[in-house]
Amino acid sequence: MFSVQTFGDTGKMKDYHYTGPVEHRFSPYAFNGGTVLAVAGEDFAIVASDTRLSEGYSIHSRDSPKCYKLTDTTVIGCSGFHGDCLTLTKIIDARLKMYKHSNNKTMTSGAIAAMLSTILYGRRFFPYYVYNIIGGLDEEGKGAVYSFDPVGSYQRDTYKAGGSASAMLQPLLDNQIGFKNMEGVQHVPLTQDKAVQLVKDVFISAAERDVYTGDALRVCIITKEGIDEQTVALRKD
Amino acid sequence: MALFEVSGFRSYSEVRGRQTHLADRTNHYNFGTKTQEFAVPVGVDPSGFLKTCNHDGGVCIDMNHGTTTLAFKFRHGVIVAVDSRASAGRYLASNDVNKVIEINPYLLGTMSGSAADCQYWERLLAKECRLYRLRNNHRISVAAASKLLCNMMLGYRGMGLSVGSMICGWDKQGPGLYYVDDNGTRLSGRMFSTGCGNGYAYGVIDSGYREDMTVEEAYELGRRGIAHATHRDAYSGGVVNMYHMQEDGWIKVCKEDVSELIHRYRKGMF
Repeated sequence: MFSVQTFGDTGKMKDYHYTGPVEHRFSPYAFNGGTVLAVAGEDFAIVASDTRLSEGYSIHSRDSPKCYKLTDTTVIGCSGFHGDCLTLTKIIDARLKMYKHSNNKTMTSGAIAAMLSTILYGRRFFPYYVYNIIGGLDEEGKGAVYSFDPVGSYQRDTYKAGGSASAMLQPLLDNQIGFKNMEGVQHVPLTQDKAVQLVKDVFISAAERDVYTGDALRVCIITKEGIDEQTVALRKD
Repeated sequence: MALFEVSGFRSYSEVRGRQTHLADRTNHYNFGTKTQEFAVPVGVDPSGFLKTCNHDGGVCIDMNHGTTTLAFKFRHGVIVAVDSRASAGRYLASNDVNKVIEINPYLLGTMSGSAADCQYWERLLAKECRLYRLRNNHRISVAAASKLLCNMMLGYRGMGLSVGSMICGWDKQGPGLYYVDDNGTRLSGRMFSTGCGNGYAYGVIDSGYREDMTVEEAYELGRRGIAHATHRDAYSGGVVNMYHMQEDGWIKVCKEDVSELIHRYRKGMF
């Protein structure tokens, strides 16, 4: 109980008492920004993310990429709350090792996606505040992208944007890769070089209009030869 | 060993001590691989917890939601039709989600409500159906499968799950259709529609339904039900995925874009 004595309007002393429970507003979550994007091609997959880590009006770091390499053929992009991203990737790495030791083979992209869905759902009532996108090659060597919501619902896509600028990027990808709602257009399949150029252009646009996206772009290109990483500068303001 | 786990054998000490439980922290050494564990926020009501976290310094956790699904029995089996839209708050997360889970060649489950809840529990239901088949050497009945799902929902009643599902199949009793939801409601019936667009779908299928429809008429009715519901409900859209449950299993009938259908109906209307 906290008691304050003060003078009221009429000149009499008034006692103010705070009684009962006091609600302390502690939120276990924070929003650290960042955008992630993944595109699947015929025999390649691209996972790209910006490298800005922010909170409110501050930038904590300009070099915090959001793509994490899981296996030789799979990369995951995680954006949202950085604390949960770190813990989630640690748990996924541990589960990958456990699988490798029990089954003597590396997990395939589809299997990792199904496993991540159950890991996320295990926290259905206290979710990981992370928007995940997995990019990789499936068993046949074709590109695969799996997108998730924070509690584990997922599906396989051709392309997906997630994170703070996702609502700006997704329509652009629908138009350029999906040819959605356009008439009289030839559906040209995406080559690797065109896809990489598109991803770079798309992030430059995102950095223009989203405050939480910028600084640098990290692109991971996954092919059967391995994972190739490129870094491109973006707006730093 | 694999057979040990599949057979479901549990020693006395395990049955007594270990059940599905809620922990305030998931056990990181098992990572939830041995028994299913759910982490729960400490000291807070789980169903309202996420709402209080939203809008706090930009935090906005939205889960994929929203649908129209319908199913009806008629002379030649069961028709199941669903839309394919998933929304997260006001943002359209995806326009081509698969909302029908193919449990086995004689059982289908539809999903409406929260996408993660439906995907998870119906996948678990598929696992239980498979185990039943292995242990008992005959396929599970539709009534039993729907009861399994219903009991899973009852176990977590009040925790904020959102599931509106229809279990359709063909077993020894003939065609079966059950509606199961997150309150533990389980109803057998001839016709159901779930999701936020269900009112519009009911209007269409109620007015056009006859028990002795031909197969083509039934397909058209299912298509129209979903198409008109997506036309008026903002949270439904995408494509119509339609299945037909027959005596020798289900077949996938079509996957048609809703805007094409509406355009076609418009032309016929005026």
